[in-house]
Amino acid sequence: MVVPALRLHGVGKLFGEFRALDAIEMTVAAGTIHSILGENGAGKTTLMNILYGLYQPDEGEVEVFGQTVSIPSPRAALDHGIGMIHQHFMLVDTLSVVENIILGLPGQGMRLSLDEHSSKIDALSRRYGFDVNLHAPVWTLPMGMRQRVEILKALYREARIIIFDEPTSILAPQEVDGLLRGLRRLREEGKTVVLITHKLEEVAAVADRITVMRSGRVVAEQDVAGLEKSDMARMMVGRDVALSSYDVERPDPGPVVLEARGLAARNSHGALALKAVSFELRAGEIFGIAGVDGNGQSELAEVLTGILRPEGGTLTLNGADILPMTIDQRRHDAKISSIPEDRQHTGLVLDLSVWQNAALRDFRRQPFSLRGWLKPTRMRDIAADWVKRYDVRLRSLNQAVRFLSGGNQQKLIFAREIEARPAVMVVMQPTKGVDVGAIELIQRAILKARAEGVAIVYISTELEHILAVADRVAVICGGQFTGMLPRAEATVERIGSLMAGISETPEAP
Amino acid sequence: MIRLVATLYALRTVWALCIAFALGALLMLFSGGNPLAAYSALINGAFLDYWGISGTLVKMSPILLAGLAVILSLRGGLLNLGVEGQIYMGGLFSSIVALYVTGLPTTLHLILAILSGALAGGAWGMIAGVLKAKRGVNEVIVTLLLNFVAINLVSYFAGGPMMQDGAPYPYSEEIPEGLFLPIILPMTDAHFGVVLGLLIAILLWVLLRSSTLGFSLDLVGRNPQAARYAGVDVGRAVILTMFLSGALGGLAGSFEVLGLKHRLYHLFSAGFGFDGIVVAFMAQLNPLMSVIAAFFLSGLKSGALMMQRAIGLESTVVDAVIGIVIICVAASQAFTFKADQWRAWFARRQRLNAALAVQSQEAK
Amino acid sequence: MDYIMNPAFLTDFLSSSLRLSIPLIFAAIGVVWSERCGVFNIAIEGCILGGAFGAAIGTWWFGDPLGGLLMALVIASLLGLLLGGLAVGLGINQLVAGIAINLLVGGMTAYLARQIMGNNATAPLPGFAVMPIPLLSDIPIVGPVLFSQGPLAYLAYVIVPLGWMLLYRTPWGLLVRAAGDQPMAVDTAGVNVQRLRFLSVLGSCMLGGLGGAYIVLSQVHVFTEHMSAGKGFIALGAVILGRWNPLGAAIACLAFGMADATQLRLQFGSPEIPYQLFSTLPFIAALAALVLFSGKVHAPAAVGRKFERSGK
Repeated sequence: MVVPALRLHGVGKLFGEFRALDAIEMTVAAGTIHSILGENGAGKTTLMNILYGLYQPDEGEVEVFGQTVSIPSPRAALDHGIGMIHQHFMLVDTLSVVENIILGLPGQGMRLSLDEHSSKIDALSRRYGFDVNLHAPVWTLPMGMRQRVEILKALYREARIIIFDEPTSILAPQEVDGLLRGLRRLREEGKTVVLITHKLEEVAAVADRITVMRSGRVVAEQDVAGLEKSDMARMMVGRDVALSSYDVERPDPGPVVLEARGLAARNSHGALALKAVSFELRAGEIFGIAGVDGNGQSELAEVLTGILRPEGGTLTLNGADILPMTIDQRRHDAKISSIPEDRQHTGLVLDLSVWQNAALRDFRRQPFSLRGWLKPTRMRDIAADWVKRYDVRLRSLNQAVRFLSGGNQQKLIFAREIEARPAVMVVMQPTKGVDVGAIELIQRAILKARAEGVAIVYISTELEHILAVADRVAVICGGQFTGMLPRAEATVERIGSLMAGISETPEAP
Repeated sequence: MIRLVATLYALRTVWALCIAFALGALLMLFSGGNPLAAYSALINGAFLDYWGISGTLVKMSPILLAGLAVILSLRGGLLNLGVEGQIYMGGLFSSIVALYVTGLPTTLHLILAILSGALAGGAWGMIAGVLKAKRGVNEVIVTLLLNFVAINLVSYFAGGPMMQDGAPYPYSEEIPEGLFLPIILPMTDAHFGVVLGLLIAILLWVLLRSSTLGFSLDLVGRNPQAARYAGVDVGRAVILTMFLSGALGGLAGSFEVLGLKHRLYHLFSAGFGFDGIVVAFMAQLNPLMSVIAAFFLSGLKSGALMMQRAIGLESTVVDAVIGIVIICVAASQAFTFKADQWRAWFARRQRLNAALAVQSQEAK
Repeated sequence: MDYIMNPAFLTDFLSSSLRLSIPLIFAAIGVVWSERCGVFNIAIEGCILGGAFGAAIGTWWFGDPLGGLLMALVIASLLGLLLGGLAVGLGINQLVAGIAINLLVGGMTAYLARQIMGNNATAPLPGFAVMPIPLLSDIPIVGPVLFSQGPLAYLAYVIVPLGWMLLYRTPWGLLVRAAGDQPMAVDTAGVNVQRLRFLSVLGSCMLGGLGGAYIVLSQVHVFTEHMSAGKGFIALGAVILGRWNPLGAAIACLAFGMADATQLRLQFGSPEIPYQLFSTLPFIAALAALVLFSGKVHAPAAVGRKFERSGK
């Protein structure tokens, strides 16, 4: 029996009380491309960070080529022949390709022998069919080329196992083929590739075997041969999802309130994260947007709330163009409320008290203030009222909000945003890190707002939660909608495929 | 239990001070001094003696205002190291208005002189604010460099165009007596500037706490991302913060000229701008606490000479001790109360205790 | 202006300019190293002062300028350890830590100088004698200016190209440059960023100390309170002007030295031209550089930011 490149026995990882990884068993055969599939929060990145020495496992063992090893740091990982291509490149933009590749390479001595290394790297680059200009500064290179530099970095350190973390997330479509070819080449040369992805097309194209993870556990491991993409989708996403767990009336939605056409926007790295998103939003409807994190949802939410300027497209509210509006204007004139993705760093100021955070978005207006002076009594009264009605558990209104649990923090934010009586709500990841009881309350609050005629955009990676409340579900992948399903047709399989990049409809309605 | 720990952390400045004074005592022992005698002479000279108190109040005027200037900038998320320069600009413009504007009734003239000092300091600070907001230039370096420009500017004026004829070293003519700030302790130099400083401290506290403007500035300082989300124009807030901070520095300079020196002297500020940083940290960025911190620091500096006269220990030891204080206070900032970690630790302890209790029960 | 043409005056002026720039050069090279690695070193001012103090004390104790040099390095290293411990180890805001150190040094040296040296505090100390290099120092003008200086000046001549070489031609320099722009890249390559930064800070402060030692041992031969007089901040400005490159920074220091020489002559020479014009020149130039370069040339991208590997 050939020794497997990697074997994980009972690997577990705890963050405080939270179990991120639970008894992971995994075997990666040498010289193959092994893919790890899973949604966000499944634990893939945590696992990979353990393999690369950035985290330490709390339980279990890792075997590399038959030897049980401990990997306390990235240097140790490299010593064991494990290289990692991170999703966000670890390259120094101002340095050249060669300099990046030899950065931190042990055994270099006193002089920087760029020429010597250059010729060796050049030979390596040719062998793999990479066409990289070695002396160009990295910032001048396109993403696909930079990725090759990262691969060369690992290869030059004689990595035998190379882990790719969501490698196509920042590539342009044309560059993806180049990557897949590169992966095949690596396999031909006897390298072992671990491919972390949620894009089933790529898995089907190059992977030999897959491990599917969900909620920190391995749910399946088998050869790709003979598997349909729909099978893979189901394994990745499928569970007995209880639909319609909320017994509410569903009146018909009202007139169109918000209309988006062809919205395109760049993310903080300058890549086009939102490509051409169009949709209509009606009063009294919940429009769910599902998708694996990092496919443009954040950018879409930011464009809608005014934090991000789009590159193209239009956004109108009741016919009026709202793109020129500032964040403040969108909130108060256009009446768009939002629940931010990162509640702790954007939605709240952790060191301020509960009652101060309650006033965070409206402190310059009545009744929270009058003519430039805050009215703390009024602020406290309002906060107390919200706390009671939204069941926010706390010790005192004066408590710093950082001492509240995630669920209670979220409930506070919901109270703040819903009580402002908005016309539109943009809700992003409302149930992330929130306990079951709070989730119930939040979902009910959203349904209540819907009943009162609010138009709601509900963006989440939690399929179960979207399906429980949404009237229709769109799936976003690679910055575009790959499909839009009415509630009745939104099955887990179909959504799973859409999330994995298999487009159902060529363009969204 | 966790609240006790949190309180202990909140008092970390006090622990830092204690450690600093202990180290200072060691320093004094090293040079053959008696720390107890030194500290008590210091306290006597600074706080328990009429002339001593007046000396303390004299120093407190610029030190308090400088401290408020730094505190305001830090609350807004910026570090204003240019208070020294803003003090000089304030002193410069106040003296220009005091000396060269004529034909105004005294009260109006005085108010104008004070205002121009504040505006000059504010404008000087605003340079850094605009550069930061528009071009992302680090305000720390800018304000630091501007210090030297301001000091030289004043040096030029005091030794050149404004210099009094026949003066032995660079200083200007004396300002009209009607513009002198009133003296608050008879037969001393303690002037009204410190009272104004106190009022401004209270005003600043009220503003930061209860006004929407103060709340906005505070927000930007705590979390610019959340501030942006809350609709605050972060760029404008930065410019405003630097302007106000600079204005406070300008006032410090203005009061030095109008209240104490009554002339524009070259090099009239003895590093008050940097003392302001010490005050800001000791006060943990609270304007009310800064009054106490400034009083304390001014007392140390003022009492130093009295101490030297009383027990013969070099007054510069106080400068050394103040240096140790700031290092200890700065280091204490690193120890932040991490609620989650402490809660987890307490939870583990409780479980351990419970398990041990069960074990001992079972053993019986 | 006809003075410039007089060779004796020119030689004197240039020689003086060079001597005034030497402490700046030491400090600036130190700052380049520290900032390229990602740590602001505002404490360089304190390191110069501390070095000057050490040089004075050491020379007085051992009766030999070499003892002073040694002492200067010891004190500067201690300051480097302190800055490293506070800013890199504890993760305190680098600027706050630096300012704190400056204030500490200011206070401590003012006090200890008189304590240790007593009444001799103002007496001139033995220093490094000028050591003219044979042959080279006979070249007209250039000779006396460049090759008739003290040993520390010659050290500075070596440190500049050495600093450049270390930064651009060694693997370690590559790591330093990377750590200032993208510390994550260094971390994932397996190198300890904190240790790298700590060492850079230490070296940086030691260079600052050399600058202070030079002032005492080759220039004024005495220690006075606060004698660093903003030279550290001028060095910071020189680094900005020199675009964080050792050679550029050194040239900027030379320019500032010249400005300093001019303002000194003006101060005691012609009262019509305000000398302040020249003493503000370095600061205004640095400000202009900051504004002009913002957006084009950046300070090392990660400078000032605490590096933390997320997660354990």
